[in-house]
Amino acid sequence: MINIDFLMAGVGGQGTILASNILAQVGLDLGYDVKKAEVHGMAQRGGQVDSHVRWGDKVHSPLVEENNVDYIIGFEMLEASRFPHFLKQGGAALINDYRINPPVVNLGTATYPSKQEIEALLLSRAEKVYWIEGTEIARDLGNPAMVGVVLLGALSNLVGGDQEVWLKVIGQMVPPKFVELNKEAFLAGRKVTV
Amino acid sequence: MKKLMTGNEAFAYGAYINGVRVGAAYPGTPSSEIMDNFSKYPGVFAEWSPNEKVSMDVAIGAAYAGTRAMCAMKHVGLNVAADSFFYAVYTGIKAGLVIVCADDPDMHSSQNEQDNRNYAKFAKCAMLEPSDSEEAKEFTGIALDMSEQFEAPVLVRSVTRLSHSSSPVVVTEKSPPPPPEEPPLYERDAQRYVMVPSNARRRHPVVEERLKKMAEFAETMPINYIEPGDKSLGIVSAGVSYQYAKEVFPNATFLKLGMVYPLPEKLIREFASQVETVIVVEELDPFLEEQLQLMGIKVRGKDIFPMIGEFSPSLVRRCAVNAGLIESPEIPPEINTNLERPIRPPMLCPGCGHRSLFHVLREAGVLITGDIGCYTLGWAPPLSGMHTTGCMGASIGVAHGIDKGGVKDDVVAVLGDSTFLHSGIHPLIDVLYNRGSTTTIISDNSATAMTGFQEHPGTGKTLQNETTKQVDAEKLVRGIGFEKVDVCDPYDIDRMAEILQDHLKSGEPSVIIARHPCVLNAKEKKEAPVVDPEICINCGICLDIGCSPLVQEDEHIRIDTMLCNGCGLCVKVCPQEAIIEK
Repeated sequence: MINIDFLMAGVGGQGTILASNILAQVGLDLGYDVKKAEVHGMAQRGGQVDSHVRWGDKVHSPLVEENNVDYIIGFEMLEASRFPHFLKQGGAALINDYRINPPVVNLGTATYPSKQEIEALLLSRAEKVYWIEGTEIARDLGNPAMVGVVLLGALSNLVGGDQEVWLKVIGQMVPPKFVELNKEAFLAGRKVTV
Repeated sequence: MKKLMTGNEAFAYGAYINGVRVGAAYPGTPSSEIMDNFSKYPGVFAEWSPNEKVSMDVAIGAAYAGTRAMCAMKHVGLNVAADSFFYAVYTGIKAGLVIVCADDPDMHSSQNEQDNRNYAKFAKCAMLEPSDSEEAKEFTGIALDMSEQFEAPVLVRSVTRLSHSSSPVVVTEKSPPPPPEEPPLYERDAQRYVMVPSNARRRHPVVEERLKKMAEFAETMPINYIEPGDKSLGIVSAGVSYQYAKEVFPNATFLKLGMVYPLPEKLIREFASQVETVIVVEELDPFLEEQLQLMGIKVRGKDIFPMIGEFSPSLVRRCAVNAGLIESPEIPPEINTNLERPIRPPMLCPGCGHRSLFHVLREAGVLITGDIGCYTLGWAPPLSGMHTTGCMGASIGVAHGIDKGGVKDDVVAVLGDSTFLHSGIHPLIDVLYNRGSTTTIISDNSATAMTGFQEHPGTGKTLQNETTKQVDAEKLVRGIGFEKVDVCDPYDIDRMAEILQDHLKSGEPSVIIARHPCVLNAKEKKEAPVVDPEICINCGICLDIGCSPLVQEDEHIRIDTMLCNGCGLCVKVCPQEAIIEK
């Protein structure tokens, strides 16, 4: 039984949900059964946003299970650090090298963990942690909001699937006038993890 | 063809292809997108009603008139609509009426985690419970057919993990049945539809008889079925809990219930006789478990799985291992860490007008009764701008009650524009009528923002994007009889503070409309101000407005220009005048 589980973690407004929609559709187009779950509502802007995507021969639960996730995709460092216990032994984490302080850190009542601490924590399960300058790459291409597509580009190297399938789905799911730019962002991301 | 749909998209699609032509709802997480999606189909009428009760009456009316109808709401929305829902079960309907209500286990965006399956039993109404998007589509159609077969409304239950999860749905070329060529004549049958006691007494036996017939029908429904497996363990489940149970007990015998009320007793007994142990896996209340117990079936459930919070495959597995039902899986070593990972609670957006209002209210030191909406986020430190919040529309009545209870504090009620139109008008009338002196602040961002910027009667647009009459809150409250009414942009904090003091001192019942359209909805963004590092003494006073772009660094404050909306509140509160508008 094939099963590939993804957990995306970010901050409201970063585009986590669009990226998870693309990832789910790619799975369906690659022939997998697919489920996806996320919580929105209270987390529209600035709150924690987690999205679960599952590909497999047959997927029952829309939620991923602890100790079973293949890939954590962190849109923000701290958010990625919340879920090491979801990773399976030997899984991987792809993390956008980007920090958004929660208000408690800005107020000086809590400390933001260091990059090294976050990496060490994830390495207690992950075989490899990939740091990706996603926001920077997206910003250089013209829009930091494309960070999700950059991360998907990096992820596509690890999970496989025909590049054309990924590009086709991106073409279908981003606003028409940003299609070419997003495809570029995806290809830029693809160069990172190889 | 298969298409990925959220549960909410699938409910809308199922309603459309099965001929629903009237839909009504008030937005509420996690149900809002049902009516959003339904409204986009051709040839349908869909509305945002002012509240759930109105939406229920509208859907009932359409069904009385012979048009298939849908009403959608979050779990607590059914509390608001309950009065109408209950009479509709008595009168029954003519065309199919489906009521989709979405529970929110773990209260991702709600004030309680009530289990709305109890409403099915309470109101004596059938309830179906889909477990994925394909079933959401299919069960909506089944509910409509059943509704016509039994001439009664049918509930369909969702939960957050169905409404907001996506899975493949079979999309057909099937188009909905065409509308009748001639408008049908309304069949007048007052004895059935006028619920005076003498008529209602005649209807109650109909309700009881119908329920029995529905239970018999349940035995024949293909959506209630046994999945053969290992006979030592028999799992009874429904809805999304079924999906978690399938992950954890892949080999067990299953009784999958598509209809959770009324139950197919014969099928359940047959299932129980096939297996050694019967276990119910259900989120929240022991709704199925108790019914099975009443049938005299030996069953376990809530001694294994919790009654509080949301299920997940991890949780169901943990409970199953603890109960000795399955072997513990080989799990990687536990992660031991004491690394501090600061929380990131949802908060008011940069530039939000509510923030400016709460800043003024905090400075005034008033007691604040609050309500349900984005502005509820202002309860948390550092704004700390809310001392009570119960449900939609509660703020004004509670403020009036506190006032009549007699406290020293000045009390103000704060609620949003959509919430005011939902259920704030009657308590406002009460304040006036009963000689109260409460000051009510309508924090008006001109949208139902928290649920996704839906239109409401005050925005001048309908759900289907038609221009319409706009309810003017100021004229409305003056029309009720309020004489002390002011409108102010909360960005102008000095003026806002002045008006507030004037209203509090007046001793009169009064209303302040603090109006600044939601900056996200209006796409308003100005340039971020800058901090002059030479002047900033890093006192941190600006941080008390709880605005995320303000970052305290070692030497001085920095403004994250990407997050900042340029509202200028920090410029106004900085005592050193170190933050300068560009």
